Amino acid sequence: MNTVAALPADPFQRSVWPRVAAVALLVYVIYAAAQMEISWERVQTGLYNAQRFFGRLFPPNFSRWELLAKGLVESLEIAVLASTLGILLALPIGLAAARNLMPPWVTWPARLIIVMARSFHPVIVAILFVKAVGFGALAGILALTVASVGFIGKLFTEAIEEISLKQVEAVRATGAPFASVLWFGVLPQVFSRFIGFATYQLDSNLRNSTMVGIVGAGGIGGTLFAAFQRFDYDFVCAILISIISLIMIGEVLATAVRRIFIEHATVADLFRAGGAASRERHLEDD
Amino acid sequence: MGVATAASMPVAERIWRRFTPEQRFTRFVVYLVIVASIVLSIRSVEVIPEFLADAPEQVVDLLKRMWPIDWPHYPDTVHAALMETIHIASLGTLLALVLALPVGILAAHNLVPFVPINLLAKLILVSSRSVNSLVWALLFVGIFGPGALAGTLAIGFRSIGFVGKLFGEALEESQIGPIEALKAAGSPWRSVLAYGYWPQVKPSFWSIALFRWDINVRESAVLGLVGAGGIGMALDSALNLFQWDRVALILFAIFAVVILAEIVVTQVRKRVI
Amino acid sequence: MLSLRGLSKSYVRGKPVLTDINLEIAARGITAIIGPSGTGKSTLIRCINRLVEPTAGEILFDGEDLTKLSGTALRHARRHIGMVFQEYNLVERLTVMENLLSGRLGYVSSWQAWRRKFPREDLRKAYELLDVVGLSGFANRRADALSGGQRQRVGIARAVMQEPRLLLADEPTSSLDPKTSVEIMQLLADVGRAREIPVLINMHDVELAKRFADRIVGMSEGRVIFDGPPPQLDDDMLKRIYGGENWLQ
Repeated sequence: MNTVAALPADPFQRSVWPRVAAVALLVYVIYAAAQMEISWERVQTGLYNAQRFFGRLFPPNFSRWELLAKGLVESLEIAVLASTLGILLALPIGLAAARNLMPPWVTWPARLIIVMARSFHPVIVAILFVKAVGFGALAGILALTVASVGFIGKLFTEAIEEISLKQVEAVRATGAPFASVLWFGVLPQVFSRFIGFATYQLDSNLRNSTMVGIVGAGGIGGTLFAAFQRFDYDFVCAILISIISLIMIGEVLATAVRRIFIEHATVADLFRAGGAASRERHLEDD
Repeated sequence: MGVATAASMPVAERIWRRFTPEQRFTRFVVYLVIVASIVLSIRSVEVIPEFLADAPEQVVDLLKRMWPIDWPHYPDTVHAALMETIHIASLGTLLALVLALPVGILAAHNLVPFVPINLLAKLILVSSRSVNSLVWALLFVGIFGPGALAGTLAIGFRSIGFVGKLFGEALEESQIGPIEALKAAGSPWRSVLAYGYWPQVKPSFWSIALFRWDINVRESAVLGLVGAGGIGMALDSALNLFQWDRVALILFAIFAVVILAEIVVTQVRKRVI
Repeated sequence: MLSLRGLSKSYVRGKPVLTDINLEIAARGITAIIGPSGTGKSTLIRCINRLVEPTAGEILFDGEDLTKLSGTALRHARRHIGMVFQEYNLVERLTVMENLLSGRLGYVSSWQAWRRKFPREDLRKAYELLDVVGLSGFANRRADALSGGQRQRVGIARAVMQEPRLLLADEPTSSLDPKTSVEIMQLLADVGRAREIPVLINMHDVELAKRFADRIVGMSEGRVIFDGPPPQLDDDMLKRIYGGENWLQ
C-alpha cells in the first residue's frame, strides 16, 4: 500500500478551517481592542491604580453591619419571593408553550411571553418596574420574577418537549382525565430536571437580587452603590465579602436540595462525604 | 433505599411507601424551610400601597412617553455604543476562555489529584461567579477609569467562573478508559491532556463558549449604567434626562442585538457541534 | 523476563483480592489467565503496569522492580509494556491514525504530539501495522465509526506501535462476537510470535484459551491453583477453578 517513499504529505488530513478561524479571531481581537482604545499604557496605569485601590479596600470595615444586614436580608427576601412567584407563573406558561401537548394558538403566545421575559437583563426590567411601582423591593421582586419566568419557562418547555410520549400515551390509554395524564405521565419525567433548574434560578435570583438595588429596586445593591460613590471602599469590601458568602451558602443549600429531591438523600446522607467515587476502581466488583 | 423486600414481610404488613421515614423527614424539613422563608419574606417586605395603586397609571404614562420611538437618533447616539457592547461581550468572553482553561484543569480532581489545589481553583471559580458582572464593572471602573476596558475586564472575570465550572465538570465526566490506555503506554501528562481529554471535551467547550457569549451580550448591555462602556452609558444618560423615547429606542436596539446573537449561536451550534 | 513475587492486593483492608501470587513469565509464548469473575484476574494484569497499585510483592520486569518506580521512570517502563483493553479504550473522536500514533506518545515531546509532527519512521510503522491488522485504508476514519472488532484491531496496533517487550491483554474479546473473538485471538498470537514477545491474556472463555494459549494459569479466590499447558486442564481442574457442578457438560 504505502512504501517508504510514498507517505502522504499530511497523514492526518486535517481541515484548514480551524486555522482560518483562528487567524480571523486574532484579527478581530486586534480590531476590537483598537476600537475600544484598549492600549497597553492604559492597562499599565490601571495596574498602578489597582495597587492603591486594593490598599483602600482592605481591611474591610464591618462597623455599619446593621445597614449591611438589613440590605442582605432584603436581597434574600427579594430572591425568595421572586423565585416563588416565578416558579408559580412559569409552570403553567411553560406547559402552555409545549408544542407536543398544546395546539399552536396556545403555544405561540406562551412562547412569545417567555422569549420577551428572557431578552432583557433583569437590571433593565428593574428600571422599568421602578418607574411603574416606585423605588423599593417590590420593583426588584417583579423584575426578577420576569427573569425567572423567562428562564424556568424556557427550560421547562424544553423538558416537556423531550419527554417520551409513549409514557403519556400509556396513561391516557387507561382512560385517565387530562390532569391525571399530566400528573402521572408528564410530570414524573420532568420533575428531577425541574428541581435542577428551579434551584439554579433561586441561586441566580440571589445573585441578581444583590444587584438590582443599584437602580433602586431594593436590596444590598443600593447600599453597595452608595458606598462606592462615597469612596467608602473599605465598607464596599465588607459588603462584597458578605455577598460572596451569602451566595456560596446559597449554592451549598441548592446542592443539598437537589440531592434530597433527585437522589432521595436523607439528612444523614448529606453529611457523609459527598458522592465522590473511590479513586481506585474496584475491578472485581462486577 | 426503599422498603424491606416484599418477600420477607408478612402479607398484612406490605405497605408500599415511596420514601423511607428518614427521607420523608428530610423532605418535610425542606418544605418547612421553603414555606417559612416565603411567609417571613412576604411579611417583612415593604410595599408602599400608594405606589402600588399608582402603578397602572404610571405604566400608561411610561408607554405614552416612549412613543414614538426616537428612530432618527439611532446613527449618532446608539449605533457606535451598540457595536462597543458587542466588542465588550466578545473580547470579554475570549479573555474568560483563556483564563478559565487552566483554572478548570486545576479544579478537576481526575487531572490534578491534589485536593488543596482543586479547592483553591474551585474557590477562584466560585468567587468569580458570585460577584455580579455589574459589581465587577464597578471595581474595574474604580481601577481603570470609566470606559470599555473596565467593561471587558468585568465580563471576562465574571465569566471565568461560569466557563471554568462547566469545563471542569466536562473534564470530570470524560471517559477514563482512553486516559488509562494513554497512561499505560507511558504517555507524559501533557500528552494525556492533549490526546485523551481535549478530544473528549472539545464539543462541550465550544458549546459552553457560545452559551456564555450569548449571556455576555445581554450583560454587556447594562454595564454602561455604572460607566463601563457600551450601550448602557447611552441608556444611563437617556434615563437621567427622562428622554423616554430615546430609552425606548435603546431598549429596542438591545432587544434586536440579543435576538441576533441567539440566531448566530443557534446557527453555529448546528453547523459546528 | 517477567517475575511476580509475592504479589498481593487488597482494595479493602482485610479482604484481599490477590494473595501471594508467584509467576514466572518466559520471554516467549502466549499465557492465558482464566478464572471466575471477581477472582482477581483483571487486578493481576493491571498490577503489572501499575494501573492498580499492588499492596505487597515485587514485579520484576527485565530485572527492574516495577513496584519501586514512580514518575518519569514508571512512564519509561510503561513504554515497554503494551496493553489491550476489553472496551478498546480508543480516543473515539480521533482518527485511526491518531490512535495508532498515541502509542508513541511516550517517545515524542508534548508539543510535537499536539502539532501531530511524529517522526517519519513512526508514520511508516503505523501504515505497516495497519496492513498487518487488516485495516489498510482506514487511516483517516474516526475511531467511533468502526465496529467492535475493528476497534480492537486498532487497540492491538496501538499497543504494538510501542515496540513493547511484553503485551498484556485484559479480557480483549469479552465485548466481541464469537467469530471476531477468534480473529482477535489469532491476531494477538500472531503478533506475539512474529515479534517474539510474551503475551499475557486475561480471559473468561476457556475454549478460546485452550485453543490459542501455550500455557494456562487458573486462578480461584485470588490464588493461582493451576499452571500448565492446555492439555493438562481437565474437567476436574475446571471445576476446582470455577466451582459449581452443573455448568460443564
